[in-house]
Amino acid sequence: MAATTLTQVSPGTGTAGRPWRHRRAGGAGMAPYVFLVPWFLGLAVFTVGPLLYSLYLSFTDDNLLQSPTWVGLANYRKMFTDDPRYLHSVKITLIYVLISVPLKLVIAFLVALLLNRPRRGIGLYRSLFYLPSLLGASVAVALVWRSMFSQSGSVDGALGLVGVHGQDWINNPTWALGTIIVLACWQFGAPMVIFLAGLKQVPGELYDAASADGAGRWARWWHVTLPMLSPIIFFNVLLETVNAFQAFTPAFIVSGGTGGPADSTLFYTLYLYQEGFSSFRFGYASAMAWVLLATVAIVTALMFWASRAVVFYADEGEH
Amino acid sequence: MTASAAVSATANTTRAARRPAGQRHRGMPRWLWHALVVIVVLIIVYPVVWMLGTSFKPAAEVVSSTRPWPVSPTLHNYPQGWTGNPGVTFGRFFLNSAIVSIAAVVGNLFACSLAAFAFARLRFRARRFLFPIVVVTLLLPYHVLIVPQYAIFKDLGWVNTFWPLIVPKFLATDAFFIFLMVQFMRGIPHELDEAAKLDGCGPYRTYWHIVLPLARPALITSAIFTFIWTWNDFFSQLIYLNDTSKFTAPVGLSLFVDQAGFSSYGPMMAMAVLSVVPVFLFFLAFQRLLVEGVATSGLKG
Repeated sequence: MAATTLTQVSPGTGTAGRPWRHRRAGGAGMAPYVFLVPWFLGLAVFTVGPLLYSLYLSFTDDNLLQSPTWVGLANYRKMFTDDPRYLHSVKITLIYVLISVPLKLVIAFLVALLLNRPRRGIGLYRSLFYLPSLLGASVAVALVWRSMFSQSGSVDGALGLVGVHGQDWINNPTWALGTIIVLACWQFGAPMVIFLAGLKQVPGELYDAASADGAGRWARWWHVTLPMLSPIIFFNVLLETVNAFQAFTPAFIVSGGTGGPADSTLFYTLYLYQEGFSSFRFGYASAMAWVLLATVAIVTALMFWASRAVVFYADEGEH
Repeated sequence: MTASAAVSATANTTRAARRPAGQRHRGMPRWLWHALVVIVVLIIVYPVVWMLGTSFKPAAEVVSSTRPWPVSPTLHNYPQGWTGNPGVTFGRFFLNSAIVSIAAVVGNLFACSLAAFAFARLRFRARRFLFPIVVVTLLLPYHVLIVPQYAIFKDLGWVNTFWPLIVPKFLATDAFFIFLMVQFMRGIPHELDEAAKLDGCGPYRTYWHIVLPLARPALITSAIFTFIWTWNDFFSQLIYLNDTSKFTAPVGLSLFVDQAGFSSYGPMMAMAVLSVVPVFLFFLAFQRLLVEGVATSGLKG
C-alpha cells in the first residue's frame, strides 16, 4: 500500500512537473490533492474508517472469534450499571487528571518564572529540565519509578534518613497512584519550555507602562503577565489534560499490567487494554473507547468555551 | 519607547531599568535563586543517577544499600541483563526497535512533508475544511482507533509483524508533524515560489528543490521527535508484537516486571540505561533544536 503511493506521488523532477503547469490557472489544479494522497489514504483507512467501525463494534459483542452480533446499548448499559471495575477506573483516571495536570502545570509555571531572567546558564537549565519529558514516557523510566518507590527502593531509603519509615509505596493502594502522579510532575519540562517562550514574548513596554501607572510587582504580574500568557496557559492545560486522559505506560509498568494493588492504578486505558487485548472483548472495549472519545471531546469543547471568557488574545484586544 | 523607558527608570531603581525588557522581576536574592535552581536540578537528576548507579550495583548491594551509587561497582549486570531471556538477547530487541523507529522516521518525513506542503504552500478550495481535520485528528485519543486498527491488521495477517507500526506512518497519520511542518513552511518567503514558477517549476519541483531544502530545520525536528517517540512507544508495540524475537526494547524491558525480587533490579536497570542511551544522545546533539521545536510549535498552536 505504501509502495503504490510512493510511485504515485514521487516528487517529480523534470517532466513530472510539466503536465500540471497549464492547469494551474490561479490555483494549483490537481496538484494539492496528489500531495495529499498519502494523508487521504491514512485518514480513511486508519482514522475515519476505524472510528466508524469501532462505533459499530461498540453496539456488538465482538470478541474477534465469531462474527459480531448486534446487542444494542448493552455494552454501555453494562459499563454504567453493572461493572464496578469500570466505574472505579473512571474514578482513578479522574483523580489522576485532576491532580497531576494542575500540579504539573503549576510546577512548570513556577520553574519557568525562575528561569525567566538574565542569568548565565539559563539555556543549559532549560534543556536539562526538558530531558525528563523526553525520557518520561518510556518503559525504562517507569521501571525506575517502580523500583525506586518499592521497598528498599531509594525513595524509601532517603525518607528513612529523615525519620519516615517503612513504605512500600508501589504496593500500597493509598500511595501507588501518588507515585505515578509524581512521575507525571517530574516531566514538567515540556510545558515549562512553552511557558518560558511565552514569558519572553511579553513586550517589555507593557511592564514599563504598568510601572509608570504605579503598578507594583503583584499588580504587574496579575494585569500584564497573566493576561498576556493566558493563550499559552490555555494551550498547555488543553494539551496536558488530553494527554493525561490517555496515560498508559506508567500505570502498566508500575502495576505489572494489573492495575493493582487493589485496582488503585487501574487507569481507563489500562482497563481498556485488559478488556480488549487480554479478554478480547472488542465490543466492550470499543464502547469504552467511545466514552473516552466523548469525554475528551466534551472536555475540549468546554475548555474552548471557557477560554472565550478567560483567555486574552492580544491581536483581538485591539479592536 | 524612550519616554516610557525614562519614566520606568525613575519609577524603578536604575539597576532594574538596565535589565532587558520584560525580565524585570526583582526581589529574589541571588543566593535564593541559585538554591532553588539547584533543588530543581537535583530532583531532575536523581532518578537518572539512581538508574545508572543501580545498574552498576552487585545484587547484594541493591538490597542492603539505599544510596544511589554503588560502593563496589560491577559490570556484571550488563551481560546478565543482555542475555536474560531464553533464546533472545537484548541486541535483538534493540535491533527491532531501531528498524521500527527508522522506518517510522522515513515514513513521517515522506508523508507529512507532502501533506504539509499542500496545506502550507498550495491554494486549493478544500484546504479550508481539510486543514481543520488535521487539527482535530491531533486531539483524537489513539485508544479509540486501536481496536478496529487491530482488527484490520489481523485480517491482513500483519499481527506479530512490524507493518502495523510502520505503514500508518507512511500515510501521514501523525498529524502533529503535519502541523509542525505546516507552521514552518508557511514562514518560507513566497517570492521563492513565484521565482520558481517563472522559471517553469511545477508544484512538484517546487516541493523538492525549494521548500524541502529550506524546511530542513522542521524536518530534522520531526525526524528526531519521531525517532524518540517511536523508540519510547509501548502501547502499540505491546499489542502488535507477540513473539519474543519480534519484541522491541520497551516490550523486552517490560518482561522484567514479571521477575519478582530485588536480584533482577541490577540487570533491569542496566538494560533500562542502554535503552535510554539513543534518546540521550539525540538530546545531547540536538537539545537546542528540540527545545526550540517545543517552544515554537507550542506557541503557534
